[in-house]
Amino acid sequence: MNDTGIAIIAEHISKIYRRGSDKITALDGVSLRIRRGDFVAFVGPSGSGKTTLLNILGCLDNPTDGALSVGGTGVFGEGTRLGEKELTKIRRQHFGYIFQNFYLLPTLTVRENVTVPFSFYRKDNAVTDIPALLASLGIERRMNHLPGQLSGGEMQRVAIARALVNRPEILLADEPTGNLDSKRSRDIGEVLGSLNRDQGITIIMVTHNPELAALAGRQIDLRDGRI
Amino acid sequence: MIRIWQIAYKNLLRKKVRSILTITGIAMSAWVLVSLLGFNKGYENALNRDIDSMGYQVLVAAKGCPYEAATLMLKGGTGLRYMDESIARDIQRYSEVKVITPMVMQAVFDPNKGESGGISAYLGVDPKTFPGMKGYFQFQQGKWFTDPNAAEAVMGYEAAELEQREVGDKILIPEKNVELAVVGVLKRTGTQDDGTIFVPFRTVQRVFGVAGKLTAIGVQVDKNARIADVEQKMYDLPDVQVVSLAQVKQTIISLVATARVMVFSIAVIAVLIAMVGVVNTILMSVFERFQEIGILKSMGALPGDVFRLIWIETFILCLLGGIAGNALALGLVRVTDILIRRLLPYSPTGSLVMIDLPLASIAMAAIIGVGLLSGLYPAWKAARIRPIESIRSQEA
Repeated sequence: MNDTGIAIIAEHISKIYRRGSDKITALDGVSLRIRRGDFVAFVGPSGSGKTTLLNILGCLDNPTDGALSVGGTGVFGEGTRLGEKELTKIRRQHFGYIFQNFYLLPTLTVRENVTVPFSFYRKDNAVTDIPALLASLGIERRMNHLPGQLSGGEMQRVAIARALVNRPEILLADEPTGNLDSKRSRDIGEVLGSLNRDQGITIIMVTHNPELAALAGRQIDLRDGRI
Repeated sequence: MIRIWQIAYKNLLRKKVRSILTITGIAMSAWVLVSLLGFNKGYENALNRDIDSMGYQVLVAAKGCPYEAATLMLKGGTGLRYMDESIARDIQRYSEVKVITPMVMQAVFDPNKGESGGISAYLGVDPKTFPGMKGYFQFQQGKWFTDPNAAEAVMGYEAAELEQREVGDKILIPEKNVELAVVGVLKRTGTQDDGTIFVPFRTVQRVFGVAGKLTAIGVQVDKNARIADVEQKMYDLPDVQVVSLAQVKQTIISLVATARVMVFSIAVIAVLIAMVGVVNTILMSVFERFQEIGILKSMGALPGDVFRLIWIETFILCLLGGIAGNALALGLVRVTDILIRRLLPYSPTGSLVMIDLPLASIAMAAIIGVGLLSGLYPAWKAARIRPIESIRSQEA
């Protein structure tokens, strides 16, 4: 099979948490393929395993069982289990992350927050024109402001800029509009849509927001850890 | 592009009060440490300076308490014992002796001195030998007297300042009603000589009624001779005690050793307390930023990067604390000097606390070194945070 167009392959992924003698199955044999340039939304009720799946696909967590490869590199599987350092290297290379709570550093300006990833790692093709990146997200005039001076929507745009600064192939967004009102949620949805459309960035998103999910080309409904 | 040390610095600005308190703790401990090291160096230097300024290596005094003799050497004495002048002639005959200088010390209460009176110390010295031993004396005005019987005086810098005397003025010896003409005023030496009035020794013997008596004899030993051999010979002289400067120095150093140990213990405790403060501050900061550190890792920070970030924060705290402590120590050197003097059984003249660049650098290195050790655990703890744990705590 030709896998050149495939960003992520997950096969029979399961995740079981143990609390004392109890076993909680968060994911139960999930298999999926995400192609480069896809815009995928995981939807489903709370506790269905959406975020767990997103974290495993984003190499933030290990599955209990199954196989995962990212960009053709085996991450988990029979005989393959990467350590934290190796996982970080995979994350650096392939992913950008957006979280519900933004996690901007409060004492750094917008510009400084966006360039924080460069303190640790800088890809060869990383963004060099930060003002242009901020302009593309409509926050160039906020460049020298501190996060405390921004609205929730602006903070999420800064977080998106930070995720994009190393030009990731795949953008993972966990409830990116969870802390925003409906207007700002729509704005962020449009930003994500244009990143996917115009720049071909693969987007995998977890959301409870049907309007936002509707922007995705592919919706995956999870129930009780299964697709 | 923001650099990792800038992130670390700005992280410390988040909780300004906490950072300032931690820096203050480090600064206080650095102050104590620098002052202690400065005291160690300064005290010995001051003592050596005092002893070197005597111009002789051995002092012969009338038999009595050795500490009294040591005090006589260093501060001048009052309850004095006398020895016969013939002893000076005996000592002069030793082949190892280069030169001797006889001295007669007298001190009287002068009701007109200062605001409420004070002791005036008159040191009777031999104009032929004493100036040669004090080759470093410089005159502000005038020169040495030359006649051992002259009613003349050379005043130390502070003695002249206090009594407002210049060359050509007269000074009156209280109780004796004898006037001396001031023929010289010395420049400041920073030793006890500054407060002394030097008078020809025959004049002192005559005025105070101690003809043929001496309180001490300074002995300069030939540079090729062994001081111990001369001392051994002098031990056989009747009714005198021989005090070598090396002995005096050793005695004083052992007297102040207790004070030094006490100050050193305080410094160690202060540094330890400050470092516990550093561990506490950085550890709290790591726990507070648990999620954020996980997010940094999701952005590509390796465990080593996080370790470095937290360690740099520790370094910045210690660096700022160390600089502030050094500045405090330098700025308050006089205050420290006064406080230490109160603790000591004997303090030489001049500054007891000597702070210079090498010493400040050693203290900085010690503070930063211990600080970085303190930062190891919080940095290690932070480096071990897994992104998934912080993300899960966010969900919780």
